[in-house]
Amino acid sequence: MSEMRYRDALGAALREELRRDERVLLMGEDIGVFGGAFKVTAGLLEEFGERRVRDTPISENTIVGIGVGAAMRGLRPVVELMTINFSLLAFDQIVNHAAHIHYMFGGQARVPLVVRMPQGAGHQLGPTHSHCLEAMFLHVPGLLVAVPATAADAKGLLKTAIRDDNPVIFIEHESLYGVRGEVPDSDEHLVDFGRARVAREGSDVTIVGISRMALTAERAAGTLAEQHGVQAEVIDPRTLRPLDLDTILASVRKTNRCVIVEEGWPHGGVGANLAALVCEQAFDELDAPVQRVSGADVPMPYSKPLEDIAYPHEPQIVDAALAAVGLAGGAAGSG
Amino acid sequence: MARPSHAAVARLPEPEVAREWLATMTLIRRFEERAGEMYARAKVGGFLHLSIGEEATIVGSARALRESDYLVSTYRSHGHALVRGTPPEQVMAELFGRVDGCSRGRGGSMHMFDLGRRFMGGYGIVGGNLPIAAGIALASDYEGSDEVTLCTFGDGACNQGTFGETLNLAALWRLPVVFIVTNNQFGMGTALRRHSAVTDLRRKGEGLGVPGMRCDGMDVVDTHAALSWAVERVRTERRPVLVEAVTYRFRGHSMADPEQYRTKEEVAQWRARDPIPAFGELLVREGALDEGERERIDAEAIARVDAAVRFAESSPFPEPDSLYDDVYVLEGPLAGTYSVRTTDPEAHPEPEPDAAAQAVDGADEIPQQMSDALLLGEEATS
Repeated sequence: MSEMRYRDALGAALREELRRDERVLLMGEDIGVFGGAFKVTAGLLEEFGERRVRDTPISENTIVGIGVGAAMRGLRPVVELMTINFSLLAFDQIVNHAAHIHYMFGGQARVPLVVRMPQGAGHQLGPTHSHCLEAMFLHVPGLLVAVPATAADAKGLLKTAIRDDNPVIFIEHESLYGVRGEVPDSDEHLVDFGRARVAREGSDVTIVGISRMALTAERAAGTLAEQHGVQAEVIDPRTLRPLDLDTILASVRKTNRCVIVEEGWPHGGVGANLAALVCEQAFDELDAPVQRVSGADVPMPYSKPLEDIAYPHEPQIVDAALAAVGLAGGAAGSG
Repeated sequence: MARPSHAAVARLPEPEVAREWLATMTLIRRFEERAGEMYARAKVGGFLHLSIGEEATIVGSARALRESDYLVSTYRSHGHALVRGTPPEQVMAELFGRVDGCSRGRGGSMHMFDLGRRFMGGYGIVGGNLPIAAGIALASDYEGSDEVTLCTFGDGACNQGTFGETLNLAALWRLPVVFIVTNNQFGMGTALRRHSAVTDLRRKGEGLGVPGMRCDGMDVVDTHAALSWAVERVRTERRPVLVEAVTYRFRGHSMADPEQYRTKEEVAQWRARDPIPAFGELLVREGALDEGERERIDAEAIARVDAAVRFAESSPFPEPDSLYDDVYVLEGPLAGTYSVRTTDPEAHPEPEPDAAAQAVDGADEIPQQMSDALLLGEEATS
């Protein structure tokens, strides 16, 4: 094990896979000479050269589309988009092509493409650089969606994503790039898609945290135990497609209570989807309504005090968990 | 951009080659006429975009490729599948939505595909295919092969963002791709002069580093000469070229087009230049073909299309059970739920009861007739 930052764990995954497989190449805006807007790709141009680490023009839809075409021909491109909001310019290629080509051409072609992008608020980047849009990608059959919260998962999931034959939307979190964690040293540290991480075991309430919210939920679980005697089980799904629903349902069958925490918007969100699945599959096991904690239903504001209250923090998760176990007035909810 | 004048290069090919071009153009024409009839008889659903009138552009350009080169098309792609050698049976079966279609009934008219023949697809999004073609060319370049990718699109696609983005990037990265704009004068029902500030489309790539040239898309010989020049230049110099093929579609944008945006006289003028009779007559005049052979080519195309219709009609529809096939490649070590079937109670069953409990259930002892009835009941409610 080595302690490393989330960004360096991602960089290590890219470096190892570039070394392992000649078919892997990187494309993106400022990933080469500049070293990456968030320095994930720092040093890779120097090691692998311009053939394999390609700075691109600012043309998101075309960069992703070139990745699709190259992937159809057997390469394994990893495309970096500077923020998740910019992925909206590439939505045509991601949805109409990357996600659908295997199906619409009757299984003849594969698209082993990874599109990496960071999301999340906290840096006062306002309404075009700060959102959490994993629900938009989750919506699309044909895509795999990864949302790593720890350095170890960032590395292990990215390596798995690159080796997978499906298109993967790989959603990093801007606020996590500098967070350190223990990461296995092995070149074969792979984290399977579709297997949740049980971050903390508990018997009173299940808290599912998406992306950064898995970490916030863990802190909330500490507070719940210390201050309220409530033992929360914290689950980080790690991937939303495929989704390890079985682990979530097993936990709900044990705790009979469920809180879902995400940074994105509430309507049509990951939590809405997950709450529906839990209610459909484990309605009889629930002793209380599923609680959702989500980002506020607004474009992300710039001003710091407003930004701070536009995405969930530990106290809201504590409140929601207490409401679920019947120890509070139910003051939880959005933002 | 300099290229030899038409007169110097646009010579007739060897008679055998010329006959194959005529036969393929005729096959595409007869195929699409029948496809239109089948659409009118509701054998074909969705949209049906015919390329009738554009056959010289299709055959002249595709025949400039080697078998190892790649072709990327649009939503008007029946002819491109046929010219690459996809059997008409498979193309017609795709239109019929049958399991033997070249995309197994998943794509339909706009999404033909034949990986083995390096026909890399029809794409339903105007301009969406340009980046994909550049990516295919990138792979060829990355692997050090001399393959070329031919990317076709219409005049309407020149106004999409991907046109500028892809031409710029292809020039910057020196990707071996020939862009051919099939200028059939209309973006759906909007005339070129009403949708593009610059109507000299070959010039639209100049500011992006892609030189352009033009050919007569109604003339298979000229189109072939221009594309052969462009393809070989791209193959050797590793720089993209834009070719504008000026042509005309005789039929509407799709079958649902009343064609109020153009006059019957205009259509008639272009029909007078129909590329198939023009080429056939030229071959007869030049002694490469006699009238009997010309008629035989047409009869063979009609017979081939008849066979394709029979094949398509006899091919089964895909099984309902196949609905979820090929949403994902499921060969790896992956676990979890990929597709959510909210109506399927078995997607996330309760934990398995232990073996003793199962024995008590006595599932094996259900009489055969009853289990059949249960199965039928399941189907009826699913």
